[in-house]
Amino acid sequence: MEVRVSNVRKEFDRFPALRDVSLDIRSGELIALLGPSGSGKTTLLRLIAGLERPTRGTIFFGDEDASNRTIQERNVGFVFQHYALFRHMTVADNIGFGLKVRPSAKRPTRAEIRRRASELLDLVQLGGLEKRYPAQLSGGQRQRVALARAMAIEPKVLLLDEPFGALDAQVRRELRRWLREIHDATGHTTIFVTHDQEEALELADRVVVMSQGRIEQIGTADEVYDTPNSPFVYGFIGESSSLPVKVEDGQVWISDRPIGLATPELADGEAILYFRPHDIELLEECNGCIAGTVAASRRVAGTRRVELEIGGSRERIEIELPVGHPAAQKSRVAFRPKRWKVFPKAVEG
Amino acid sequence: MTTAPAKAGWRFRQPSVIPGFGLTLGFSLAYLTLIILIPLSGLVWRSASLGWSDFWAIATDRRTVKALEISFGTAFIAASINVVFGTIVAWVLVRYRFPGRRVIDAMVDLPFALPTAVAGIALTTLYSPKGWMGALLAPLGIKVAYTPLGIVIALVFIGLPFVVRTVQPIIEEIDKEVEEAAATLGANRFQTIFLVLFPGLAPAVVTGFALAFARGVGEYGSVIFIAGNLPYISEIAPLLIVIRLEEYDYAAATAIATIMLALSFAMLLVINLIQSWTRKRYG
Repeated sequence: MEVRVSNVRKEFDRFPALRDVSLDIRSGELIALLGPSGSGKTTLLRLIAGLERPTRGTIFFGDEDASNRTIQERNVGFVFQHYALFRHMTVADNIGFGLKVRPSAKRPTRAEIRRRASELLDLVQLGGLEKRYPAQLSGGQRQRVALARAMAIEPKVLLLDEPFGALDAQVRRELRRWLREIHDATGHTTIFVTHDQEEALELADRVVVMSQGRIEQIGTADEVYDTPNSPFVYGFIGESSSLPVKVEDGQVWISDRPIGLATPELADGEAILYFRPHDIELLEECNGCIAGTVAASRRVAGTRRVELEIGGSRERIEIELPVGHPAAQKSRVAFRPKRWKVFPKAVEG
Repeated sequence: MTTAPAKAGWRFRQPSVIPGFGLTLGFSLAYLTLIILIPLSGLVWRSASLGWSDFWAIATDRRTVKALEISFGTAFIAASINVVFGTIVAWVLVRYRFPGRRVIDAMVDLPFALPTAVAGIALTTLYSPKGWMGALLAPLGIKVAYTPLGIVIALVFIGLPFVVRTVQPIIEEIDKEVEEAAATLGANRFQTIFLVLFPGLAPAVVTGFALAFARGVGEYGSVIFIAGNLPYISEIAPLLIVIRLEEYDYAAATAIATIMLALSFAMLLVINLIQSWTRKRYG
């Protein structure tokens, strides 16, 4: 099922949690809503589920306007951050709940519900735990039961709110791979919320980066990582270094010197240069470059992270060098970023 | 498999390394012995001096049996009524914000604080055939005061706070997500309440019932005013005990008391077992 979010705004007590958000999700896609807390990602998910009503705007399921449909009618599978399992029901009853509450005309028989529950438990690799109560399961197991319960109603869309948030790192990694497999096997359109960029980039077909109630960028992992379209995305996804610069005549300047980077499309004025610490080339001759003195140097796993003090402005930036590189020890280093972007200063303020 | 199945049978759970187990257990046992066990065993001792056949004669006396029936019967009915309406009151107090909520919340505790005799007299005045409520009910042929129905009403009044105050905190704890989960799975409001929320409240409701019931069985002050105290019809067991005492028939009084004690203890034990069973399952 395609999901289309069209110019949606949501206010809580006049405070805008989402400002004019539009998003097209293709059928069968696995989408991550990624952002820091307070960015509106959970609100967007809850709006799609029908757990909140938009202040303005429309949400379409396929060609159909879902705005006036109740939660029950939307037929979405929602997995809550804290699972929200029914603790007085066995695992099998939890999973079968969505089928059991259907109107009698559409309700499968008792035996059929039981069979479906067992089938789903096998799918989430918890076969044989039908008779357990949620209190008798570990966090990871509860998470899987919650997912099985959401899938039992054959939802049009599967929505997951911070699905791995409360689990430890080991289990997270495991479940992440497993969720991908389940998605590929069942083909549900799936949207999940996370603040963990690694999770989003690894798992999702497309990542929706959000900040302060707005969508900053939508794209594949490669797109959002390699070509961030805003200072926020540059800073939020992956490592980045930034440096205040000046744009004059389509050239990037640091204090009084051009550094050999051209931005013909940018107007003159104050700006900020962003680049990845590892995406640089070191230069012997400084003929249009960024040069600085080594202020600190740390060994980080397979590389060496060097902090440079640039020019008279005393700005510090980080770059990454190979461990054995002599430049790491030199007091003066000259380099030029290989991939970079300059954003006018006003945008950030 | 992170949780090992609970081992059946009687055994101590290993106390934690933090000291205090011996001290607190010792204190609890000594305290309970002093406050509850010694007076009650005195009661049993006293009635035991009767001899078995005399005891049996008093126990099977028609007036005693009737009084016990009335006491336990009305307490059961009143506790059942309180479970339904007390839960609703607790629900309203937790879920909705309306002007006067705090006042109502405080009002719930009044039956705790009010001298029960005052409650009894007030209820009698209201429900006697000439009182406000009684006058309305009389044309319908319903007599409240001086009948078992009057006893039930007095016990409902007395028992309400027990149910409200045990259920209220549990309703407060209900996770909003659980209701939302039920809704996304297609459950309507009715199904959500009856299949998801109420079963979760069951242990607390059972506790509230037990407390209200126990209180109702032992209630004296409020009941004797409204009951009319007709032997075989509206005479409660505690009153019969007092009557026997006034006749200086201490043996009979203690015998009836012992029977009440045994019945109450058996019922509370059953209720407690039900609770520990549910708690073991739901965690």
